[in-house]
Amino acid sequence: MLRFLIQRSLQNVLLLWLVSMIGFAVLYLAPGGPLTQFALVPGMSQEQLLKIAEQMGLNRPIHEQYFEWFTRLLSGDWGRSFRDGQPVLGIIGSHLWATLELMGTSASIAIFVGIWVGVLGAIKRYSLFDYLATVGAMVALSIPTFWFGLVTIYIFSVKLGILPAGNRYTIGDGSFLDHVHHLIAPSLVLGLVTVALWSRYMRSSMLDVINQDYIRTARAKGAPERQVLVRHAMRNALLPMITVAGLQLPTLLSGALVTETIFTWPGMGRLFLDSLSYRDYPVVMGILVLSAVLVLIGNLLADILYAVADPRIRLN
Amino acid sequence: MSHAAIQADVAASGEPVLQRNRAIDRFMRHKLAVAGMAMIAFLLMVCFIGPLLLPFDDLFIDIKHRFAPPFVSVHVLGTDPLGRDHLARLMMAGRISLSIGFAAMLMAVVLGTVVGAVAGYYGGVIGAVLMRLVDAMLCFPSIFLILAIAAFIHPGVVSITIIIALTSWMEVARVVEGQMKSLRERDFAVAAELMGGTDRYIIFRELLPNAVGPIVVAATLNVANAILMESYISFLGYGIQPPTPSWGNMLNNAQQYLERAPWLAIFPGLAITIAVTSFNFIGDGLRDALDPRLDH
Repeated sequence: MLRFLIQRSLQNVLLLWLVSMIGFAVLYLAPGGPLTQFALVPGMSQEQLLKIAEQMGLNRPIHEQYFEWFTRLLSGDWGRSFRDGQPVLGIIGSHLWATLELMGTSASIAIFVGIWVGVLGAIKRYSLFDYLATVGAMVALSIPTFWFGLVTIYIFSVKLGILPAGNRYTIGDGSFLDHVHHLIAPSLVLGLVTVALWSRYMRSSMLDVINQDYIRTARAKGAPERQVLVRHAMRNALLPMITVAGLQLPTLLSGALVTETIFTWPGMGRLFLDSLSYRDYPVVMGILVLSAVLVLIGNLLADILYAVADPRIRLN
Repeated sequence: MSHAAIQADVAASGEPVLQRNRAIDRFMRHKLAVAGMAMIAFLLMVCFIGPLLLPFDDLFIDIKHRFAPPFVSVHVLGTDPLGRDHLARLMMAGRISLSIGFAAMLMAVVLGTVVGAVAGYYGGVIGAVLMRLVDAMLCFPSIFLILAIAAFIHPGVVSITIIIALTSWMEVARVVEGQMKSLRERDFAVAAELMGGTDRYIIFRELLPNAVGPIVVAATLNVANAILMESYISFLGYGIQPPTPSWGNMLNNAQQYLERAPWLAIFPGLAITIAVTSFNFIGDGLRDALDPRLDH
């Protein structure tokens, strides 16, 4: 187990390093680079630009710049926002909670629903329910999240007027129920893809398990069907889902960005788009790298959890 | 001996042509995939021929008939805030969105195939480095990465296509790498190597043709993804810029008229959903059709 942990951690350190290189490349190889911000200021002369470049260390060799940027990244100094001079990590931190609240609520409900849709589909294979669930999942994966969001707002906010069209809470209210009321629509929109993916993976995982010998053994010893399916089959079919949870993190984050935009949710995704429109590179880079790091951590956690839950994995 | 029996008999002898026929048979049995195929053919025809048959240009401004609702006037799908015909705009936008989908897929498949082939064929340090690069790229939520790059450049049809391709080749690379790894150990590959074939010859003439199936499946799903990505970034304002219409940026404009003219939002979204669903169904059908293990 210790060897497994060390191996995985080293792999992730290597990935983290590659992630940081990609992030750095996006910022520095883009036309204009970090200087674009200043080039747009009216009355800026070429000489002044060169001076700024020198002050920012942009005339030094690229590997030196990268090395300095990376060391500062590791020490927690992610630079300051161009917009208001606040430290990047602080700004992201203040928006991260809203994103986690939305993602957490949405994912926990969607995963629960997805698991049960998948299990029922596998048990009643080729039934009408299974067929509808399979086709429905495929369509759900093809609907653009932002359009689903607009349709949801149109139906539930514009026409029926029962759900708020955006924001995290009503200004001046902010009670727990008010928060929940605002969470319903965006969680539903963000959760659609999660339900679809989980039901598909769970269905095929359950089908793999159902044909195993130990299921036949459980039935042969006379265990009630319900107990066989839930305690023997489902518990084992859930194991590979730990990996699925890790692998789905990038999709979930992408979905959160779009959902937050539609529902004016004050999270990291909206901050990302706002920063883009202000050409606030330090914040853009910060969110880009942080989201990749979150995905890395999520995958590492999933690996470890899987190894803890399934001894066969860590013995290899 | 009946016709079917003869066919089964000949097929058992492993004629490659008949094997392809069996794959086509399996695909045709996949009703949703066939429906998806028909739908894409229909969409392509409507978008590329349709505008020639309409009395309105997609840029023609008919301000007297602005906000005309659908299905009541000569403007079949209604008009937008400037009185432009919604159907004409949808078809022109379809040309852009579908073309970007196909073009981005082609680029992504070429890039992914080359990276995957090199990584899988040579293995070792080169392979490990390339595949870790693939892993690292996959850590970034794709929309964040595309938006970050798109915001720096001058957005246009070509540049958006390239950005989408640059952020979506990794799945293809993974598929090809896996295929190459196993194919290069096979007897015919070893024979080609012993006969003095160059690496390039072995990779492109001997190995890759045997990996076409999985690549085609990945490519089909890639088109679906590329169309979705284009719509996301255009919707968010960093993709195709008006007056060039795309399904994504039409939705961007529609957002503010949601109450007054919901059809402006409904139709482009439907078009995207139909196109993407169709490609996903085709990909699913191809996966089943090209997997010989599923043949009974």
